Amino acid sequence: MNQRSSVDVHTERSQRQAQLEQVVADLLAEAKKRGASSAEAGVSSDTGLSVAVRMGELETVEHTRDNGLAVTVYFGHRKGSASTSDLNAEALRETVQAACNIARYTMEDPCAGLAPEERMASEIPDLDLYHPWDLSVDAAIRLATTCEQVAIDFDSRIENSEGASLNSNAGLHVYANSHGFVGGFPSTRHSLSCSVIAQQEGAMQRDYWYTLGRAAEDLDSAESVGRTAAKRALARLGARRIATCQVPVVFRADIAASLLRSFVSAVRGSNLYRKASFLVDHLGATVFPEFVRIHENPLLPRGLASSSFDSEGVATLPRDLVRDGVLQGYVLDAYSACKLGMQTTGNAGGVRNLSIESGRQDLADLLRELGTGLLVTELMGQGVNMVTGDYSRGAAGFWVEDGELVHPVEEVTIAGNLKTIFSGLLAVGRDVDRRGSIHSGSWLVDRLTVAGS
Amino acid sequence: MSEAFDIAQRAILAPVGLLQADLDQLLGQLAGSAVDAADLYFQSTRMESWVLEDGIIKEGSHNIDQGAGLRAVSGEKTGFAYSDELQFPVLLEAARTARAIARSGGHRRVQIQRSGSDLGLYQPIDPVTSLNEQEKIDLLRQVDAEARRSDPRVKQVIVSLAAVHEVILVASLDGSLSADVRPLVRLNVSVIAEQDGRREQGSAGGGGRQSLAFFLRQERAIGYAQEAVRQATVNLEAAAAPAGTMTVVLGPGWPGVLLHEAIGHGLEGDFNRKGTSAFSGRIGDRVASPGCTVVDDGTMEGRRGSLNIDDEGVSSQCTTLIENGILRGYMQDRLNGRLMNTASTGNGRRESYAHLPMPRMTNTYMLAGEYDPQEIVQSVDRGLYAVNFGGGQVDITSGKFVFSASEAYLIESGKITRPVKGATLIGNGPDVLTRVSMIGNDLRLDGGVGTCGKDGQSVPVGVGQPTLRIDELTVGGTSA
Repeated sequence: MNQRSSVDVHTERSQRQAQLEQVVADLLAEAKKRGASSAEAGVSSDTGLSVAVRMGELETVEHTRDNGLAVTVYFGHRKGSASTSDLNAEALRETVQAACNIARYTMEDPCAGLAPEERMASEIPDLDLYHPWDLSVDAAIRLATTCEQVAIDFDSRIENSEGASLNSNAGLHVYANSHGFVGGFPSTRHSLSCSVIAQQEGAMQRDYWYTLGRAAEDLDSAESVGRTAAKRALARLGARRIATCQVPVVFRADIAASLLRSFVSAVRGSNLYRKASFLVDHLGATVFPEFVRIHENPLLPRGLASSSFDSEGVATLPRDLVRDGVLQGYVLDAYSACKLGMQTTGNAGGVRNLSIESGRQDLADLLRELGTGLLVTELMGQGVNMVTGDYSRGAAGFWVEDGELVHPVEEVTIAGNLKTIFSGLLAVGRDVDRRGSIHSGSWLVDRLTVAGS
Repeated sequence: MSEAFDIAQRAILAPVGLLQADLDQLLGQLAGSAVDAADLYFQSTRMESWVLEDGIIKEGSHNIDQGAGLRAVSGEKTGFAYSDELQFPVLLEAARTARAIARSGGHRRVQIQRSGSDLGLYQPIDPVTSLNEQEKIDLLRQVDAEARRSDPRVKQVIVSLAAVHEVILVASLDGSLSADVRPLVRLNVSVIAEQDGRREQGSAGGGGRQSLAFFLRQERAIGYAQEAVRQATVNLEAAAAPAGTMTVVLGPGWPGVLLHEAIGHGLEGDFNRKGTSAFSGRIGDRVASPGCTVVDDGTMEGRRGSLNIDDEGVSSQCTTLIENGILRGYMQDRLNGRLMNTASTGNGRRESYAHLPMPRMTNTYMLAGEYDPQEIVQSVDRGLYAVNFGGGQVDITSGKFVFSASEAYLIESGKITRPVKGATLIGNGPDVLTRVSMIGNDLRLDGGVGTCGKDGQSVPVGVGQPTLRIDELTVGGTSA
């Protein structure tokens, strides 16, 4: 749909960035005028194209265009926030006014305020995050159609589909605060996904696959996404329950990332200062076996979560969260750091490109090491209790004997406690899934309770 | 409804000088000459929220969002564009973009008219201003004080209060113009209690399409505080939950999330039109025990899931999904209803103007049966009694669903004995209700805190049920 040359696009982008920088500058000026002692503001502007096809036919074409603006004002240690999707001047004034009005009623909180001035990022390196895709609607439809067709043609048992969709987004985000920090950068994100249904003897199984990247050339081919979706759905056919047992478990790479996500949640400042985590007071303690290293690299070129400053303007830096199995640091923003009597770790807005170091084994090696047990390929529900670490979720996957897949499994739960899951981690595979902000290979865990028939 | 129209006119159209004739013209452009359906959806939302933590009012926020979504449908194809700017030329451009999917030019003459009925399920008020700031803050502090007063083991209390004022206006190619003003309030309390180094949480809350004064009546807000503390202190005593298949008795009210996951999603029209639901093609089949009747009812007064009209301008209704154990009907929006040769059931909902509508639930519940709840518990020799739940999830295609208990007890020899830790329950949607062997006479709706997610869109919903005995359900504990 966008036929303009890339030079024009770049010019337009820098103009847009200048506009957004002006918007945040106006917001901060308005806050100051209204008597705020400090303020911070973020503004973003995104555009995108999303097409979906199903059973070879076009289903939807969506043109997206989202603006958003959020401002927080401080009157000493009292705080008020407001946001709007409307970027015109009058709405900006009203938004600042709404934030100031809120701050009249919030109470003195010694930790409320901007992140320390000396921690602001001084340089904003180009992390290679902006790769617009000059993709026409027709070309997008063709890619999604190919992806789905490959999946349907893969096997005669794939007779139905939830379709394939292609999304391409470009956005600009600018953050500024009254320390004088202004930071912003454009970024892009493109994805192609496919979800198909395999049928056999009246039973249906659905599965999906997707590819995601900053640049079109980083995406897997439409054919490969379609094939993987088809293989995954077919592999589930004939799934059955197993008897209740306690066995070792392998979490496939795309699922293992969710365990790392739970780890991050347990070491996040907001959970720690509220004592709402099973890892309260575990800094310097052994949480994982000695071979485990968990690393965060916010500066990863083309990384899906890369940024050189966090959502408070604090410079981000690569670091180890876990080294030799020992917890080296928490995930803190300025507020939670203050509540804990610590320093921010530049994690306002979350972790950026977190990965657990892999061993040499691939998935097949891990299954051999597992021997007899469960390979988990899907988790369902929210049964994770962050306060106690108690873990109980729905699962599907494969029963494994002597390292070989025996049959697919469904309608079972797996349960344990995250503390013992972490300490019982036996190996991390080299089959790393790099989609998203958390990267992991498959995990072999010593023992969980599987509830079934 | 004329009051809703006047409010929508003032809030959305007047500030940008849009007239009804402009809407006619936009629809005409959007429809072109070869489009089956088209609509303009205008929305203005204002939200305010407050958070109390550590005994102080720590945060407050205010959000305004406004825009229009323009949709053109041709066969199964949908073209969609939206804008947060409402000036006529911007909308005209969006209309042209959206209709490009139909690959036709031209302009159709459309004349819309205000449509009639108003169910009057809630007042067209702005709940944000229904209490003044000081009253809101006093309410939060009262809840905090009550939680801390009720038990010295309470170490952490977080109270949040939110009010949303949403105004919508929908103009459809069929000539209807509808408006709705939808207040929505919610209050949540979450506590952590500590004893001998062990920490457990509890949470409670409620709300609906009400003014904030709702929380002051019948000591509701104070009740939430007591309930959250009760749950946390019960969990301080909880032992490991059992693992395996057993008889489960579900309490009334929020455990109705079972129905939402196990059958509700599977009966949404889109999945059934596409044949991707485990319930596809099963109308008329027995999918539940005799005595089980399940409805989706958008017409309950003041409820969180209720709507005067859905987001396609269709009046809400009470749709029977399962009648006496037999599958009767699906929930439809306009698109899927048309493609399945049936009418919309008023279940076309969307998170906002920036999202496409699809079939969604409103308030989904099972009607009461005849058993005394105590009799139901007494009938179980060994099993689980689960009374509070977190969320759930379902795989529409295989029918497998989960929902996670946050408060549960063992039943031994017909008596509720000791509390056990939270655990996920898993089952198969198309047959779980065939194992319902007793239905209580104590139908209750949830307190008004449910939010349902589908395809990345969140909408407020309600659930409910009487006490139910289910003969076999898999309980995901650790104690084999």
